[in-house]
Amino acid sequence: MSQALTIENLVKVYQSGKMALKGINLSIAEGDFFALLGPNGAGKSTFIGIVSSLVTKTSGSVRVFGHSIDDDILKAKQLIGIVPQEFNFNIFMKTLDIVVTQAGYYGVPYRQAKEQAEACLQQLGLWEKRNDVVRSLSGGMKRRLMIARALVHQPKLLILDEPTAGVDIELRRSLWVYLEKLNQQGLTVLLTTHYLEEVEILCKNVAIIDNGEILVEKSVHSLLGDLTGETLILDVDSILLEAPKLEHFACRLISPDSLEVDLLEHQTVNDLFQALDAAGIRILSLRNKFNRLEELFIRLTGHTVEDIT
Amino acid sequence: MINWVALKTIVRKECVRIFRIWPQTLLPPAITMSLYFVIFGHVIGSRIGLVDGYNYIQFIAPGLVMMTVILNAYANVSASFFSAKFTHSVQELMVAPVSEWTILLGYTLGGVIRGLMVGAVVMVVASLFTHVPIQHFFSMLVILLISAWLFSLAGFFNALFANTFDDISIIPNFVLTPLTYLGGVFYSIQALPPAWQIVAHFNPILYLMNGFRYGMLGVADVSPWVGLSISIGASVFFAMLCYGLLKRGKGLRT
Repeated sequence: MSQALTIENLVKVYQSGKMALKGINLSIAEGDFFALLGPNGAGKSTFIGIVSSLVTKTSGSVRVFGHSIDDDILKAKQLIGIVPQEFNFNIFMKTLDIVVTQAGYYGVPYRQAKEQAEACLQQLGLWEKRNDVVRSLSGGMKRRLMIARALVHQPKLLILDEPTAGVDIELRRSLWVYLEKLNQQGLTVLLTTHYLEEVEILCKNVAIIDNGEILVEKSVHSLLGDLTGETLILDVDSILLEAPKLEHFACRLISPDSLEVDLLEHQTVNDLFQALDAAGIRILSLRNKFNRLEELFIRLTGHTVEDIT
Repeated sequence: MINWVALKTIVRKECVRIFRIWPQTLLPPAITMSLYFVIFGHVIGSRIGLVDGYNYIQFIAPGLVMMTVILNAYANVSASFFSAKFTHSVQELMVAPVSEWTILLGYTLGGVIRGLMVGAVVMVVASLFTHVPIQHFFSMLVILLISAWLFSLAGFFNALFANTFDDISIIPNFVLTPLTYLGGVFYSIQALPPAWQIVAHFNPILYLMNGFRYGMLGVADVSPWVGLSISIGASVFFAMLCYGLLKRGKGLRT
């Protein structure tokens, strides 16, 4: 399988002297659904900016389906669709015109551009709004319009910079379904997101970036396999004055009717239930303290959950 | 390399913009120039008599057309491209496979089109007040086109450096308008004292204005070929300059 994106020794030093990327190496295979995770200021947007030609790299190489952005920038750009983090429309233009114009920039003739724009707007539920000026659209609609605009020229690599940030749950889930469908149809997707749940549900591979460096790059499945334990929150059916002393389990009282328990890699939930049962404690409900990927992320970067949200 | 579909797309977008905001783009020149023709042409001009063999209203018509074309071509590109920068919608172009020449040509053709449209509006207004002679149509058209492109390029250059909307109004208000008025719209520089005639020759707009006046009336204070040469030379200079800045991503890429 060919590589959709190949990054070698990518360095970016801004004029202020800040080194945003410190020699990044990354490879994304064609057909992948790849996540780039990192806290604010980690270098994600700089990375995407360089790939999409909005930021000038200091050194290193970027290849899109084999086309270097140094020698073959127009062919590289032709293969990419970008969904930026911030809205970047001319707010006085109409929804349909935004998408048709973007197709024109990619060399799609006007009539064909209108047909492709209609298909994209239909799929994203915006066709009814085609004659509305962009400024009258809701935030969720603008977010979907950015996706339609990025897809209208039928790219092979779709790059989304936090596409579901600030989007309500219903829309977020519908976007997940749509992106998953696109990926199944063969589109390579590169995603940055603050929602780790999104990565766990959607992505095949992930790279964690912090302070301009890639800390880890592997499959989501393999990364989750690295978990050496997890922390559970248990709601109990009685009022406790102190945490029970359980053999083999670290147990903390976080309120009179809930406990926090660390479950190590070799321990099972059944083991924990048996220990609690022996101590005369009945469990009403159970949940993870962190999303599993969040827990890994925090371990790898040393940041708190608040840093990434 | 020019991406022709992208070029057509940019030009179409610019034309749609010009017509969408016609009360800002097409209407003001018609009203302002009507006032110029009434006040300077009829009321004052009737007391001035002939200038270079033409009555005054005919004498000022070419200058008013050229002034309108210059200011509108400049304003169209500087406002449109700076707005795209300001709203970040310029990123739509930056991420697409559109060469720097295509972007430059697309936006400046938008300026040329607006310049020609308002030029035509002023010609129509002028014809309502007097007979508008055209002595050398081809010369007139060539100098008009090149001047419109030159000032579109200058407007693009301004927009690349601008960080606020104030930055795109400084040059038109404090440089272009004075130079245009002093470039012989309302008078022949022969009427100036000798020392001021020498100073006037340093004003590049004088040559464009006279080149266009030659095309319409067949008379000029300076050779029309000088005007043509200056406008072609300056256009090539600005085109190369803007291309270089775009290539470097001046004001667009970090």
